[in-house]
Amino acid sequence: MDSILKIEDLTVKVDGKEILRDLNLEIFPNKTLVLFGPNGSGKSTLIKAIMGFENYVVTKGKIIYRGDVINDLPTDERAKKGIGVLFQNPPKIRGISLRQMVDLVSQKPGHKDRLVETLNLEGLMDRDLNVNFSGGEVKRSELLQVLNQHPKLLLLDEPESGVDIENIAIMGKVLNGFIREHAVSSLIITHTGYVLDYVQAQHACVLIDRDIRCYDDPRKVFEDIRQYGYEKCRTCRRK
Amino acid sequence: MPENRAYLEKDEAENLVRAGFDAAEKDRSGSFMQADDTLLFQKAFHEDIEVMGIDEALRRVPDAPAYYGKAFAALGREYPRETKGGYYIRIKAGKTVLVPVQACLYLKKADFKQKVHNLIIAEPGSKVYIITGCTAHQASREAYHLGISEFFVGKGAYVNFTMIHSWTKDVSVEPKSIALVEDDGVFVSNYICLDPVKHIAMYPTAVLGERSTAHFSSLMVAHDGSTQDIGSRVVLKGRSSSAEIVSRAVSLGGTVIARGHLKAEAPDTKAHLECRGLIVHEQGVIHAIPELETGFREVDMSHEAAIGRISKEEIEYLCARGVSKERAQSLIIRGFVDTNILSLPELLKKEIDRLADQTLTSGF
Repeated sequence: MDSILKIEDLTVKVDGKEILRDLNLEIFPNKTLVLFGPNGSGKSTLIKAIMGFENYVVTKGKIIYRGDVINDLPTDERAKKGIGVLFQNPPKIRGISLRQMVDLVSQKPGHKDRLVETLNLEGLMDRDLNVNFSGGEVKRSELLQVLNQHPKLLLLDEPESGVDIENIAIMGKVLNGFIREHAVSSLIITHTGYVLDYVQAQHACVLIDRDIRCYDDPRKVFEDIRQYGYEKCRTCRRK
Repeated sequence: MPENRAYLEKDEAENLVRAGFDAAEKDRSGSFMQADDTLLFQKAFHEDIEVMGIDEALRRVPDAPAYYGKAFAALGREYPRETKGGYYIRIKAGKTVLVPVQACLYLKKADFKQKVHNLIIAEPGSKVYIITGCTAHQASREAYHLGISEFFVGKGAYVNFTMIHSWTKDVSVEPKSIALVEDDGVFVSNYICLDPVKHIAMYPTAVLGERSTAHFSSLMVAHDGSTQDIGSRVVLKGRSSSAEIVSRAVSLGGTVIARGHLKAEAPDTKAHLECRGLIVHEQGVIHAIPELETGFREVDMSHEAAIGRISKEEIEYLCARGVSKERAQSLIIRGFVDTNILSLPELLKKEIDRLADQTLTSGF
């Protein structure tokens, strides 16, 4: 099966410092891959490199999306091709409301109203983006935006961090419904694993010491991490 | 007087929209227009408002000459005498007119020097909204505009004055305004300048009586080649008066000097000054000069000034949502030029939002 995203021998430097080295990863159509890893292991760097952010310099390797090498493509073009990101810590943008953002990115007008309601975001729509949003509000706002982009590949960076249990359930349900309904592929970054209770994932792996380890069933990987911690991943060479 | 609308060609009328001029006059309670030194029309659609040319007012209105120059005399300042034309707007005591009166000062001829003197009188207890658009024809190269405005805000009166400048890159502009605000009066000034201009120098001053208030807000965009030396000054003369000066300045390569001067000359006064600047182009210059001055202990005065640039993080975030870099930048600038800092009635807010959208999100 051809992968929708293939990361091939990817080395990424940020401010001259090597964060990822010779990384290989594949995401297949209509499949969800969960990427575990301790804080600072480079998970967010991977997403920003996939999106082509300026400070995340690919010094080696290829990012192949639906068969095309996209290393040199501008960020907006990558998004337009169908890669959508839920950011862990999006910036505050004064003067641009959540409603404006959603209108701006919406690929299918009309679809958004139901989502706004489900995600309980009515009260935030006319507020400046992320300004004085709570942790949970930021994530729900991110989810609303990225789903309105109608991506083919979803990159979710810690979707559940800072979100209370009730809202994790709401977000998980929306996310799972979207993934299934639209047959999208996704990469979910998490270090808590809570999101696994709601999203059906087929594969998981661990990013640690600039290397991908333990490509396996998500529940199994998560159980191992819960039981032994990431320290075990350092010595366990299961690929 | 007969209408002299034929003086305007169709494309000119469209240009006037950029200065907030509503040619249909549907949502206006009065309308005045002067092109160069020619009065084109003057109309009042409301019985509580008078709108006319200054010359006629000085001839016909018995107490008008007494107001002429009075605000400058009150501050011991001189003013240029060689003016020709200008408008006179007056609202009757105790009357409220919520629909704005509009005035337009238009520079049409090349190399012309337009010099006007305006009088705005809000009688005690009245309330009025005024929108003034100052603009120039594309052919009016090297033209000059001098606008003297004297505001008299009577006891307990409210004046909300919005001025839109939409000049061209060769025009130099020098407004000189003074507002005398009597006890319990409110003077609100909204200033918007989003289009290119060669040079603007303005430092309007409000002098406050007891318990009166002044609120100045300005949105300024300095294009390459533009120099905008723009400030507001409030003299808090009366006890318990208050003032606020808020500005947003964007440099797209031009120079902005954003001044603000709050001077408390009485106790129990409160004043705040806020100036934010955004430098977009590396050739741009923003110089914020906030000043607070008082000899009294019982005052509450503060200021904040911040100048920054567009953060790369914000641009990349928008790009990751599929927005091009150029559009992301103009969206952020449009967001920075926040019309919510202005104290506008809903009707004008919509018009000015539309104007800012057109100017700032269509590329430069």
